[in-house]
Amino acid sequence: MLNWLIEPLGFEFMRNAIAIGVLIGILSAVVGSYLIVQHMGLLGDVVAHAVLPGLAIAFYIGMDIFLGAFIAGTISTFVVAWVQTHSKIKVDTAMALVFSGFLALGVMLITTLKSKLDLHSFLFGDILGVTTADLWRTLIIAIAVLSCVIIFYRELIFYCFDPLASKAMGLPIHCIHFGLMAGITLTIIASMQSVGVVLVVSLLTGPAATAYLLVRELHLMMGLGAVIGVIASVSGMYVSYYQNVPSGSAIVLIISGFFLLALLFSPSQGILTKRAVTRRAKTLLTKINFKD
Amino acid sequence: MLEVEHLAVSYHDVSAVEDVSFAIASGQMVAVIGPNGAGKSTIFKAILGLVPASSGHVRYRSRSLHRQLRTVAYVPQRSQVDWDFPVTVWGAVMMARTRHRNWLGWIKKSGCHCESIVKAALKRVGMWDLRDRQIGELSGGQQQRVFLARAIAQEAELLFFDEPFVGVDKKTEAVIFDVFAELKSQSKILLVITHDLGSNLDNYDRLLLMNKELIADGDRDAVITNQNIKRAYGDSVILMQKELI
Repeated sequence: MLNWLIEPLGFEFMRNAIAIGVLIGILSAVVGSYLIVQHMGLLGDVVAHAVLPGLAIAFYIGMDIFLGAFIAGTISTFVVAWVQTHSKIKVDTAMALVFSGFLALGVMLITTLKSKLDLHSFLFGDILGVTTADLWRTLIIAIAVLSCVIIFYRELIFYCFDPLASKAMGLPIHCIHFGLMAGITLTIIASMQSVGVVLVVSLLTGPAATAYLLVRELHLMMGLGAVIGVIASVSGMYVSYYQNVPSGSAIVLIISGFFLLALLFSPSQGILTKRAVTRRAKTLLTKINFKD
Repeated sequence: MLEVEHLAVSYHDVSAVEDVSFAIASGQMVAVIGPNGAGKSTIFKAILGLVPASSGHVRYRSRSLHRQLRTVAYVPQRSQVDWDFPVTVWGAVMMARTRHRNWLGWIKKSGCHCESIVKAALKRVGMWDLRDRQIGELSGGQQQRVFLARAIAQEAELLFFDEPFVGVDKKTEAVIFDVFAELKSQSKILLVITHDLGSNLDNYDRLLLMNKELIADGDRDAVITNQNIKRAYGDSVILMQKELI
């Protein structure tokens, strides 16, 4: 067993991939918690796909592709907000349109610019391609985003819970919103390499949603979500290594498994456990009635 | 003194509030009444800068209110927030202290006496024993008291309540009026949107009756007249209004 765990660590790409797995497990659960409490789970999907035109253009003009991805991803969040505030279109429709529009633009650009971007690894992730430079980038992103979350935790929680009251109090909600969107985009860029854009939304929402069913406070949701995220992404890397399956799918299936367990067995919210509790309560009540 | 001058708001070219002006002195508690769609919530939002006003000014102590929002507490309608949000009663009230904590708060915890202020606010509304509950596990009245505690803990000078009495029990209603009276005695300004045209109106110093424009402004006897009610609500409410007088 120990050998099974240690063997992959002999390869540099696996050491990098596992280190990245730990970082994105923590980062995406923390950032994803904000998406969930704002009912914006799908925004992760929008940004993940919207980075494609940025990648294509940056690749073509020789700019750092991750900077291109960041710019395109952030723009997409503003387009969603803009459509929503300037028309009667609701957020779900705005997200669907922006997501598909940006993706189509990206594919079109890749074809017309004859870019050599590997679409398959962009979509599904490729741990074999993880380099030390990727690891450093992910580490810097994780430190930057997590520091901001710690420093501005109170502002962020108030904004997410009651945006109107926080604005009335004079909090700079436009800055807070921009910060959140930038954090989400950076997290997606950090996760893209290992899980791919199609599945990155699972890493953002799955561990945090699992924790949401188990605890009652935001910081606990982030903490437990991070633990689940780390376990899922590291074990997903191992499965990917041994079974020769894409790392993204392996990680996502493990996350889905955790979520299903919490959905069924969460002590307070579980579908099965809640029934059992109700049944026990009923039996208890009947007994009391009999005694009376 | 809070001064609202010629305030107007329109959404997509449809006028929601037209040329409303009034002034409220410190220590006054004012009810804003009017039918659904009369622009009551909108005028609150326009005063606080939550929606853009198409014209007009809002001043507090002769300076623009938007430059001193630290003095403001706004309690939205209870349905405006998600009560499944992962926060406890304690955490929700602690949000009131967001602007009072500075960055040093992370190093030196004592800075703003936040804990003692939040504790006092929770005790004041009778929610101290439930402080560790997740807010979704509370009844409607208890949730409204959490909002009230948050407004108290903010130590604001101007307090805006949007329909605080919707769906609350008599006990909570009594707690709310009791706290309102205390805040008033501390020379604060309270504006309350309410649909209750019954005897509870006696609790207020002044009523603002509006339907897009300000129809009447004054004490209960001056505002609740046949003519005013008819102008605001239309003919159908006349019978109910006769019972009141």
